[in-house]
Amino acid sequence: MRRWMAVLRTPVGAGAGLLLLGVLLLAVFAPVLWSHQANAIDTDHLLQGSSAEHWLGTDNLGRDIFYRVLVASRTSILLALLATSIAVVTGLALGSAPAILGKRGGRAATAVVNIAVAFPGLLLALFFAVVFGVGAKGAVLAIGFAGAPSFARLTQTLIAGVAERDFIAAARIAGVGRFRMLVRHILPNIAEPLVVNATIGAGGTLLAFAGLSFIGLGVQPPAYDWGRMLGESLSGIYVHPAAALAPGVAVVIAGLAFNLFGEAVAKGFGVQVPRTRWTDRTPEATPARDDDNDAVLVVEDLHVTFPGPVTPVRGVSFTIHKGEIVGVVGESGSGKSLTALAVAQLIEPPGQVRAAELSFLGAPLLGRLPVRSTAAVRRRLLGTSFAMVFQDPMTSFNPTKRIGVQLAEGAREHQGLTRRAAMDRAIDRLRAVRVPAAERRARQYPHEFSGGMRQRAMIGMGLMGAPALIVADEPTTALDVTVQRQVLRLLETIRTEDDVAVLLISHDISVVAQICDRVLVMYAGRIVEDLPSTELATGARHPYTRALLAAVPDLDTALDEPLAVIPGRPVDPARMPEGCAFAARCAFASDRCRVEDPVLIDQVACWHPQAQAEYSNFRTGQR
Amino acid sequence: MSELRFEGVTVRYGRALTAVDGVDLTVPAGQVVGLVGESGSGKSTLARAAVGLAEPAGGQILLNDVPLHHRPGARRPLQMVFQDPYSSLDPRMTIGDSIAEAMPRGPREPRGPSRRDEVVRLLELVGLDADRVSAYPGALSGGQRQRVAIARALAGKPEVLIADEITSALDVSIQGTVLNLVRTLQRELRLSMLFISHNLAVVRYVSDIVAVMYLGRIVEVGPARDVLGNPQHPYTKELLAAAPRRGSTALPPPDEALVADAEPADPHHPPVGCRFHPRCPIGPLIRTDREHCLTLDPTAEADHRLHRAACHHAAGVLRAVGSNPPVLMQLKEDSQ
Amino acid sequence: MTTTVSAPSLVAHPWLGFAVRRLGRLVGSVLILVSAAFLMIHLIPGDPVRGALGPAAAQSLVDAQRASLGLDDPLWQQYLNFLHHLVTGNLGTSITTGLPVSDVIRDRLPATVELAVAAFLVAVLIAVPLGLAMGVLTRGGRRPRAELGFTSTAVVLAAIPEFLLAVGLVYVFAVTLHWFPVAGRGGVASYVLPVLSLAVGPAAVLARICRVELLAVLQTDYLRTARAKRLPAPAIYLRHALPNAVTATITLGGLLLGGMVAGTVLVENVFGWPGLGSTIVSSIIAKDYPLVQGVVLVYGVGVLLVNLAVDVTLALLDPRSTIRES
Repeated sequence: MRRWMAVLRTPVGAGAGLLLLGVLLLAVFAPVLWSHQANAIDTDHLLQGSSAEHWLGTDNLGRDIFYRVLVASRTSILLALLATSIAVVTGLALGSAPAILGKRGGRAATAVVNIAVAFPGLLLALFFAVVFGVGAKGAVLAIGFAGAPSFARLTQTLIAGVAERDFIAAARIAGVGRFRMLVRHILPNIAEPLVVNATIGAGGTLLAFAGLSFIGLGVQPPAYDWGRMLGESLSGIYVHPAAALAPGVAVVIAGLAFNLFGEAVAKGFGVQVPRTRWTDRTPEATPARDDDNDAVLVVEDLHVTFPGPVTPVRGVSFTIHKGEIVGVVGESGSGKSLTALAVAQLIEPPGQVRAAELSFLGAPLLGRLPVRSTAAVRRRLLGTSFAMVFQDPMTSFNPTKRIGVQLAEGAREHQGLTRRAAMDRAIDRLRAVRVPAAERRARQYPHEFSGGMRQRAMIGMGLMGAPALIVADEPTTALDVTVQRQVLRLLETIRTEDDVAVLLISHDISVVAQICDRVLVMYAGRIVEDLPSTELATGARHPYTRALLAAVPDLDTALDEPLAVIPGRPVDPARMPEGCAFAARCAFASDRCRVEDPVLIDQVACWHPQAQAEYSNFRTGQR
Repeated sequence: MSELRFEGVTVRYGRALTAVDGVDLTVPAGQVVGLVGESGSGKSTLARAAVGLAEPAGGQILLNDVPLHHRPGARRPLQMVFQDPYSSLDPRMTIGDSIAEAMPRGPREPRGPSRRDEVVRLLELVGLDADRVSAYPGALSGGQRQRVAIARALAGKPEVLIADEITSALDVSIQGTVLNLVRTLQRELRLSMLFISHNLAVVRYVSDIVAVMYLGRIVEVGPARDVLGNPQHPYTKELLAAAPRRGSTALPPPDEALVADAEPADPHHPPVGCRFHPRCPIGPLIRTDREHCLTLDPTAEADHRLHRAACHHAAGVLRAVGSNPPVLMQLKEDSQ
Repeated sequence: MTTTVSAPSLVAHPWLGFAVRRLGRLVGSVLILVSAAFLMIHLIPGDPVRGALGPAAAQSLVDAQRASLGLDDPLWQQYLNFLHHLVTGNLGTSITTGLPVSDVIRDRLPATVELAVAAFLVAVLIAVPLGLAMGVLTRGGRRPRAELGFTSTAVVLAAIPEFLLAVGLVYVFAVTLHWFPVAGRGGVASYVLPVLSLAVGPAAVLARICRVELLAVLQTDYLRTARAKRLPAPAIYLRHALPNAVTATITLGGLLLGGMVAGTVLVENVFGWPGLGSTIVSSIIAKDYPLVQGVVLVYGVGVLLVNLAVDVTLALLDPRSTIRES
């Protein structure tokens, strides 16, 4: 209900709502008020143009067209609504039949819908018009049944979407019957889109009905609706255009009222994109420091902001050296993936990236470049030396292109290789990441690869140039544990053989511990601790790092005591608290923590860093 | 307290995919059986078959020696907690209603206010405030939703509880609280439970018995301590090697090159012979003399081996020869 | 070395399966269409011949007409006859004119096909580039005002039914400006208004969908991968976004083409276009059932062929669709 009100408060929603209300009021009251004027026959003024007496002129019996258009609103809208209800009810019944009837009956209903939906509504309407006969009743039935298949298809699609969700399975297990399932669980969850579509559908029905009346198959004399008025006056359009145009305009306005209102509601219920304007506050490019020759990536005070404003990454700084594997761990919402995307220059507007410094191999990445050619140079540098591996290998390849082509593409662009040479290089790289039968595999499409193989191919894509850095965003999360290990080992091998630096983002601290040299622990958009992975188990000083380690069971977790837990829940980036973001969940938090925000000093951002001896205290401190 | 037993259960999806292939598994009364395996191993399908969401093509599922029959609309003695708490609660229903709906209906069951009291009791049991009764799932965090899902499952007065990957959709900091809750409830209520996870460390933490599944079959099963301490099947060993250990900061040593990069097998086309042979570090790819792994199915003789290991080369062989011919026959038929 | 992926079966079988499945569906749909067209006459309450000839007609005339139409035979016999006639190309005789229905259709079909195809081409050529361009320009919430203008114009245009648009166009361009003829089928000029009135609505819908599809594709992981490869913008849009955005557009385009085939009925009536559309309306009003039957069949088969063309195009464009479908 609150969302309906919110829709009415938008300009489009309010306008469409008012228009719809007006049209409906007209349909209710116009015949009561003006029937007399509309039916009065004036034989002195046949087929006249507009005059003070008759605004829009008169028809062939001298009746006032303006009033007739107003009065016709009831018939037009009432019949359209009737036909819409027939379409909705029949469509709902057909569409939800599979949920009630079980497998066999459901399949029959689906087959009927599938065949019927392939034919355009107007054709079905003509068919039914033949069967039900010419006239208002026949037309209502014809248009109603003709609209049913598409509504049934919509219902089916919506139900299929809901039926996959686990709460339906849970209700089945709880012993909920089919009918109650439909009424309590399925229909409430699809009601909104159904209502929206029925509203839009009513607009369409109104127009279709006018069409049928227009060609003489709908409302028959002496009754009249907009469609029939339009059809009758068409032949006289030369001498008397107003008679033809007025009912036409009425049809369009009424149809639009339904359509626009439905669209406004649909849009209001969807995801809303806030429309705040963003000024480009990117600082001018600053020259990179050259005191750190070994640095592959330097990040200084990185911020990522989205309209709201929400700042999920708030001042992250780190440096990655040649051949180093640096891990970033954190929970969902910690900003770790956004950090990776920001570093890779892959944050799309309206997202905003700011940093005191962001440079790759000594070249600044942020800021507008004065010359176009320098932009091309920057793109080539990133294209050949900066590799990216994403979380979901299933969706990260273009499904319509062969794997080999997708690998070769970058090399053709940046290294100027011929098609043949680039493909040879792709096959060679697939071999390098140990994809079996690389030559054949290069000609296959992504869906023919398993998840692990796709992730290898993705890494292979990064190796097409001569990468200095691979940024891997949760590269193993979508993979099984044994495959996970293969991919991690591959990354480690590449590092060892080619001295490539790796930035590995993961929520799994044990993955990070296994392969990284250094671990950055992120919480609420900040790095809270930076430590060598060898010291993770014993040397962690930030309470969050320790809690994270203790909370994950491993093969050595004591079976006789409860797991350590972190109370509360991760911070919502939209509601960042004052002071230390972890304070609310921390056993050691003091008053200072709740007001003053700690910064990363001496590799830890905490007012009360723990020493090694206090480790056991932490665990007991939680209970 | 009830015992759940799978006897030669086979589940097929269409004609092409046999997701579960002749599984024998017992969940003893009051104990937790942990089921591990990778995606596509059939572990979730087995759970869905137990609660009647998938129809077995063969074999039977027995509760206290009585075959289970699931009729739509009837109360089910097995309840399940799902992986994704964002999908398993109806967003249009208050959590109180969701829980109440799962409570058994009948003349002798509580009605009206006492039904409401029961809902409150269940909420408090899983550590949620009573005033949450009228909240909608949208107002709860993932961990809280999973608690509601557990309360709903308990509302059905289940004889066996099935937990399907209940922590894998949660943040690590939340995962622990849910695992602690499950363990406490299981001990207090003496629940029989089938606990499914891809994470061996999680399974180890909650289970009395561990079963390992690979490509639709149980390849090893036994008391948790024994299976993890003395694994018989090379796949179990591989899972153990891949699981995190306290303070480990290096990847475990690589496997033999020939199997190190093997692709996971496709459930649509399971290999003949031993299903694990294309990935097996002690199998025919490494030891060329072990050709029988390519043709001979080790499941048939599994009952003679320690932990019922489905491996020709499992070290531990049971001395007892008192085999069970009918069972063996059935297994052979299923493997065809 | 032993990882056996059956490559040939992956390539050959899905296509065979696809062809068999698709042809099966076509045959099934045609059978249902034919049966529906046959049953149409029998579903009409009362005697269709009496209805056609009017209450004043002599009983002997009605009986003769019934006999000539075979309406006195048992239903299954009539059905078999109907099928037999269909196969031999005999669609019966028009009650009102006495001409063979197949002759009428042969006479009138080209005008309708020309109209539908021309309108479809115009709609696609305007809508697809426009929709894609709008998608690129308004991605990620850019240019909100342009987006609002585009979307509202499209909504309004899509809401105007073709026959109304036709009337409006006639009034402006024929009655007032005298640029094009009011009605009839003659030179090129006579095609402009009918084609436009048929094309504008579908074009608006198609352009909107194109934009939405492009925006959806721009959000995908694989497009992020393409950006991570640092390809220049034209390569990203033309090589990666376009082919994927167009697949959904084709599905919808097919539906719209089917709709246009039906839309000709109304537009032909406005312009007095000598096609099947004006024929079907006049024959329904005149209760000339054999003619109605014949025209319905032709329209139905036309729609089914359009659907077939769409499915084949999709299968060619998207390597997954043959496998996905089942």
